[in-house]
Order: sequence, then structure tokens, then C-alpha cells
Amino acid sequence: MAMIVLLVATRKGAWIFRADTARTSWQVEGPHFLGHIISHLVLDPRDRTTLLAAAKTGHLGPTIFRSIDRGNTWQEATSPPGFAQASVDKTGRTVDHTFWLTPAHGNEPHVWYAGTSPQGLFRSEDDGVTWAPFSTINDDPQYREWMGSEKDGTPDGPKLHSIIVDPRDPKHLYFGMSGGGVHESLDHGRTWRVLISGMDVVDGFGFDAANPTFHDPHCLRMCPSNPDRLYQQNHCGIYRIDRPSDSWIRIGRNMPKEIGDIGFPITVHPRDDKTAWVFPMDGTQVWPRTSPDGKPAVYTTHDAGETWQRQDAGMPKEQAWWTVKRQAMCCDNHDPVGLYFGTTSGELWISQDEGENWECIARRLPEIYAVEALTL
Amino acid sequence: MQVLIPSALRSYTQSSNAEASGATLNEVLLDLDRQYPGIRFRMIDEQHRVRRHIRIFVNGVSIETLSQKMQSADEVVIVQALSGG
Repeated sequence: MAMIVLLVATRKGAWIFRADTARTSWQVEGPHFLGHIISHLVLDPRDRTTLLAAAKTGHLGPTIFRSIDRGNTWQEATSPPGFAQASVDKTGRTVDHTFWLTPAHGNEPHVWYAGTSPQGLFRSEDDGVTWAPFSTINDDPQYREWMGSEKDGTPDGPKLHSIIVDPRDPKHLYFGMSGGGVHESLDHGRTWRVLISGMDVVDGFGFDAANPTFHDPHCLRMCPSNPDRLYQQNHCGIYRIDRPSDSWIRIGRNMPKEIGDIGFPITVHPRDDKTAWVFPMDGTQVWPRTSPDGKPAVYTTHDAGETWQRQDAGMPKEQAWWTVKRQAMCCDNHDPVGLYFGTTSGELWISQDEGENWECIARRLPEIYAVEALTL
Repeated sequence: MQVLIPSALRSYTQSSNAEASGATLNEVLLDLDRQYPGIRFRMIDEQHRVRRHIRIFVNGVSIETLSQKMQSADEVVIVQALSGG
């Protein structure tokens, strides 16, 4: 019988939730790695068995935990992502934590990509046992300039995230950097091009919108049903791009003005490239990054961002100051689509009807960093 | 020589004690990593610096330099720093 699995990564470990496809009764298993900071927990859709977890603790350096039996047993990578050693006259960077994990193309079994904090791009060709810097960007002077310093990232460090592999072509890759913009490769990472046209920067400071340094894409998603369409939740709005166009369109301008179009996550429908969901958060003044006015809601579009509809049935109506991180909202591939998000206050919410109604299936978890849904 | 392993790293060694050898502290840690792959990176970063919250004592003295000369009778104690409470 098919089963829905939710992989929940938190600041204090990981939990795995399982339900049948009716999604009504959830069994919880965990914690795995209690006390570890788990930024991302991902199951390989190619073999449907291998799990990788990006982990660190408060004291130790980062690692990747691997399971080849769906989480029954775990081993640590023998060589986790780490930057190249700097020459004597230079100060080298060190990986604080691996932030993002992406299985490579279906034609590249055992290959994974990882994005780190500070920004780095890495690749494993042995299911995550050993990792090596991928492409030239980690040490490229231009990219290093665009990456900025620790001051230019999120409070818990600048990040390389949203590594996307075109399902039609393993050489076609995207990633985002917070900060540092959106980048695309057509030659398997040998060369990269900047993809920031149309994206706004924080106004009032004279920032040059043509400079990737000033761009902070929070989350990029490619439509499974149309790999030429990508959606983006950015520090400065919600965007869509339809390739081969090189210009993003700010579809968040169509959001209600009192809500705005700031947030971290965005997720896209598995079969309908006009449907996406966001979780807006307050981007005013000191950037609280909580549900506007303490009234949480998901917003959805069914026309590629022309219009947006509020979806909050079942959610608290006041005094709920939720934050949902960029990896903590996702959907499954069933019909109707199931939607999921986890809050930094440790609540896990699901909708069985594409966002129309919501229910909480877990409370009192640690701060949720990532939620991934898949069908086994 | 004897190496005392902190609780956070016993997932590698399955024990609070390990045996390792080398003429320098770096060689001792490399020997430890040969026996327990991946353990060194949790303590020493890719620029060969002792990580911020890790302390390494040799015969009771805190050592930050991996080129520290070692004798076979030395005792190495790896500690999670008390940072964080």
C-alpha cells in the first residue's frame, strides 16, 4: 500500500511521519540524531531508499548522515563538504553547515549536490559518503565578491540553496544564494550565468540591481509539469520566470497590499504550472518574519500569479506569530495535492485539499527547519 | 598513545578511549581518522584549525597547534568546550 512520508528536520533532531494516502492518521518516528541541528533531510527519489541528513551540533563541525535502509541505521560521511585549503597567504573559508541537499538527475545515480553556509557548492558521486567542491564558484573571485561576507547573509549565516536539476537535462542546473542572486549552468557546472533580471533589490540605499551581491532569493522552485517555469520567493517579492526568457516577473505585486509578498518558502503544484503556494511573513521595519498581524495564512495562485487567494481555514485567527523557513513548506503528488508546513515554534500543519482546510498534526517539536513529503 | 574521546564523538569510536600514534598532534588525529573515518573533520576544519568549540589537551595543557611534537607516553584529551552552558 502506498504511504506518504514526511521528513521533518529541526534544530534538535529529525522526525519521520508516515500515513497512508488518505493522510488522516499519522505515525511518528523519532527523534533521529537528538541534539543535532538538522538543516535538511532528503530521500533519494531514484532508489527510494537512501536518506541523507545535513547535520551539525553546537560544538562539532558539520557532517552528513547517511542511511541506506530508509532511516533504520545511519552512518556518517567519511569526507563531508569542506572548502579547499587556502594557500599560505590567504584565509580560507570553512563550512559551518550544509544547508541544502539535492539528488542529481535520474541518469546520474548515486550523485548528490549540496549547498552550504557560507555559500559553497559540493557534489558527491557515492551517495554522500565523500564530497568534493563542485565547479569553480567556491573559489572564483567574482563569485566570492558576490557572496559577500558573513554580514551579507541571514542571521545564521549566508547560504547556497535551491539547487535545481532540469529533469530533461542533467547539465542544466540552477541555484540561489542568500545573498548573491540566482545562477544557471547549461554545461554541468563548468560555467555559470547570472539570472537576476527583473528582480528587485532593497530600495532606499542606492543598491545596483544589476549586481548579484544585492539580491537575496529565498527559495526557487521548478514546476515538475513544466521545467521551463520557475517560481521564486525572494527577500524582495514573489517572482515567476518562463524560459527562455531571462527576466523574472514580480507576480507578488498582485498580493493584497496589507499582506505584502515577503516570505521564505514557495511550493508548486506537481501537475499544474499555474498553481503555487506561499506563506507570507511580515517584511516591514525590522523584518519580523512572522505572519502579518499575527494571523497566519497560506496564499495560493491558480493563474501563475495574476491573482492570489487566502487559505487559512483551520489556522488560528489571531496571536499566532508564525515563521516558516524556506525548506519547511512542501506538497505531495497526490490528487488532491497534500500541502505541509512546519513552523519555527514546532508545529506541523497539513492540508489534504490543496490548502482549502488545514489541521495541525504535531505540536511541541523543536524549531522546524525543513519538511519534505514523498510517496513510497 | 591514549586519546580520551568526548561523548559527542563516541558515535565514531563506540568508546571513551582510543589508541592512536604519530610524531605530531596532526599525525595522531590523522591516525584517529584512519581508524574512525570522518572523526577528524568534526574537530579540525578544512583549513586545519581546531574548531571553535573543541579543546585538545596534551598532558593537561591546551594545544592549538597541530604541529605539536608528541611522545608515545603522552595523553591526549579531546573536550567539547563548555561554551553554550
